[in-house]
Amino acid sequence: MQVNIKIRRYNPEKQAKAWWGEYTLQDCSRTDSVLDVLHRVKWEIDGTLALRRSCAHGVCGSDAMRINGANSLACKMLISRLGKEGADSINIQVEPILGLPVLKDLIVDMEPFMEHYRSVLPYFINDEPAPADGRERLQSQADREKFDDTTKCILCAACTTSCPSYWANGKYVGPAAIVNAHRFIFDSRDEAAESRLNVVGDTFGVWRCRTIFNCTNACPREIEVTKAIAEVKVALATGKV
Amino acid sequence: MANPTVHTFDAVIVGAGGAGMMAALYAGKSANVAVISKLYPTRSHTGAAQGGIGAALANLEEDKWEWHAYDTVKGSDYLADQDAVDVLCQDAIDVVVELEHMGLPFDRIENGRISQRRFGGHTNNETNRPVYRACHAADRTGHMILQTLYQNCLKNKVNFFDEYQVVDLIRVDDTVRGVVAINIADGSFHIFHSKAVMFATGGWGRCWEVTSNAHSLTGDGAAICMRRGIPMQDMEFFQFHPTGIFKLGILITEGVRGEGGVLINGEGERFMERYAPSIKDLASRDVVSRAIYLEVQAGRGINGKNYVHLDVTPETVNHYFEKDGEDMRISREYIEQKLPDIADFTRTYLGVDPVKDPMPVQPTAHYAMGGIPTNVDSEVLLDAENRVLPGLYAAGEVACVSVHGANRLGTNSLTDLVVFGKRAGVRMADFCDSAELLPLPDNPAEEIMAEFDRIRNNEGNMKTYTLRDRMQKTMTANVSVFRVHDQMAKAINDMDEIKTDYTRFITVDDKGKQFNTDLLEAWELGCLIDLARATAASAIARTESRGAHARDDYPERDDDNWLTHTFATLQSDGSFELTYKPVTLGRYEPKPRVY
Repeated sequence: MQVNIKIRRYNPEKQAKAWWGEYTLQDCSRTDSVLDVLHRVKWEIDGTLALRRSCAHGVCGSDAMRINGANSLACKMLISRLGKEGADSINIQVEPILGLPVLKDLIVDMEPFMEHYRSVLPYFINDEPAPADGRERLQSQADREKFDDTTKCILCAACTTSCPSYWANGKYVGPAAIVNAHRFIFDSRDEAAESRLNVVGDTFGVWRCRTIFNCTNACPREIEVTKAIAEVKVALATGKV
Repeated sequence: MANPTVHTFDAVIVGAGGAGMMAALYAGKSANVAVISKLYPTRSHTGAAQGGIGAALANLEEDKWEWHAYDTVKGSDYLADQDAVDVLCQDAIDVVVELEHMGLPFDRIENGRISQRRFGGHTNNETNRPVYRACHAADRTGHMILQTLYQNCLKNKVNFFDEYQVVDLIRVDDTVRGVVAINIADGSFHIFHSKAVMFATGGWGRCWEVTSNAHSLTGDGAAICMRRGIPMQDMEFFQFHPTGIFKLGILITEGVRGEGGVLINGEGERFMERYAPSIKDLASRDVVSRAIYLEVQAGRGINGKNYVHLDVTPETVNHYFEKDGEDMRISREYIEQKLPDIADFTRTYLGVDPVKDPMPVQPTAHYAMGGIPTNVDSEVLLDAENRVLPGLYAAGEVACVSVHGANRLGTNSLTDLVVFGKRAGVRMADFCDSAELLPLPDNPAEEIMAEFDRIRNNEGNMKTYTLRDRMQKTMTANVSVFRVHDQMAKAINDMDEIKTDYTRFITVDDKGKQFNTDLLEAWELGCLIDLARATAASAIARTESRGAHARDDYPERDDDNWLTHTFATLQSDGSFELTYKPVTLGRYEPKPRVY
């Protein structure tokens, strides 16, 4: 089948303004991903096209993009999902994720995103000595289940850069940082919930969330992001984890 | 071009997967360390590992590290060095506990301990039955290891140089002085001047057409070392994982079979019963991959095509549990809970719901058993006489200790990278304590900068992807699951032509500096070509069948002549000199390998 793909291009070495590149590819298969199509553009038509990608099956988080107006990973979005059933051509539009500075074509500066991530102390804190028998700490299956969903985050930024509250103010820590705070706040082994709650309870924390659910829709790992944010809000409101 | 910026550290670690970050945590306790990675650390391919990390914790049933060691040696087809395997399996228990202490969210069993599952080739040595040894976090164990190590690196303020690609090693005689890297964002060259260098850059599955490996797995670290005179050990042993998603190569973890999944051919038969009567679908990967090939060759693929079915539907699994006299039964909910990512992959890419329908699978290029030779302290070896190159280290898939020999057991890659990543870090810290920072040679980046200029400005007519396709096709056709002399000779010939074409005719569209991934992909192809050539040269010389190296013309293992490791050293004329080193045996005498 034919794919008509429009890609938002930007290369500050060549020109100051962004532009739309339009490409037509023949012999695409319905099971091709958007990443496959972008690779064909880059390899066969224009090698200057810049994008990040690595694993190509949705676990490394490199290739979050805005595809036909919604965030997803290019490698997990099959082109057949973007066209009408039985159609022999598909129109695709690809842009960089919104809210982070664009550096070249589909590549954005991830540093503001990573800074928010780092602000929630995204690491295990427990200064108690480990068990004297030299074995693992114990955790019940029920306690483990409480934060299972938020351990799936791959830091692709699809959620944060789909959030209108984040677009409105980049100081908002954003859904991904809250998801990672949640992962530790609700881990029964961790002892620093209070410090993290102080960070995400701040003016630029969870209260900026207006439960729009864009983040949940955008998450390629199917994390219930809005629910996780709500659980953090409840913990802040009740003081109970 | 501007002079490269010089950075000075005690140690630089190239690669930010499990091995690199584990090393950084340990070396960083006393040394000033930089971790350089062409990806953001959390994009590393450790994160794609699914089923589990092997360690004889004995949380569910009796197990001991010696059984793990025997299984590893048997899995390796007796090519692993048994002293190194002992280190792997003993240290495994401590490092898994250590990962838990770092916060890794393992699945739990009822008593609150780490959950374990069955995996290919892991057995109770007395009963020969599969044993619960693979410690796991659902089917995203590698993801959790990568995240946990990255989190701990942030906690310990490790210096990361993200999206810097290392392109050369600065070696002066038998010393190292650092590495040369490109800052991908602006194309500038940087020299990292250091006492110690460690490569932890992973594998090179992209030499083949169908692979589970990321696009970024282009063997940079191995190729750089090879070009700087380091031999490559056991390159002929490359693992084809039996269950890649048909055509795509995306990995379907062996954990699926660990949870009871079975392989079914076009006649509806559970064919592994014929090839491995005692552990069936949980035989070693090389054995299962060959079985699938043979079934397909005999016309027993699904609808006569070149794939088989992997069936984990509760109906099928419970049927075989009952038949095998197992008490266990599984439900759809159990599969969803234990294998959520697998379910997601097959639903996304195949439209197949694994709790209702079988998955089409075929062998996929997966793991390099061979690589940069090291000892058990992750120090790089210069030759088959075990001479160490002081200050140079390697660990993880890029290294060859050798604990995997001719075929790696599932779960042992994760074990390998934390065990030997840690040992590298400890040893590097000691080395940096006593070693002097040796001066840089004059213009250490000159040669590699010239090579990049050459690629950038070459007026050829061959794009990277066309040459890469040619390499992947010949390697897949001629140096994969089954091998024979004439085909390998053809691959060698093809690869020589591809190398010549690459040198003469490569061309890139992007002449710019910022995020010039066109140029970097072209350079990476050069790495893959060199590694493919080393693989074919090592393979054709080994006139026996062992583990992943299965030859139609030499179908038997030959312990009299080939209980040896291959060392392939790249010569200035582009050929390889092959030398050999005897395998270190131990408790386990080589015997026929039956599963």
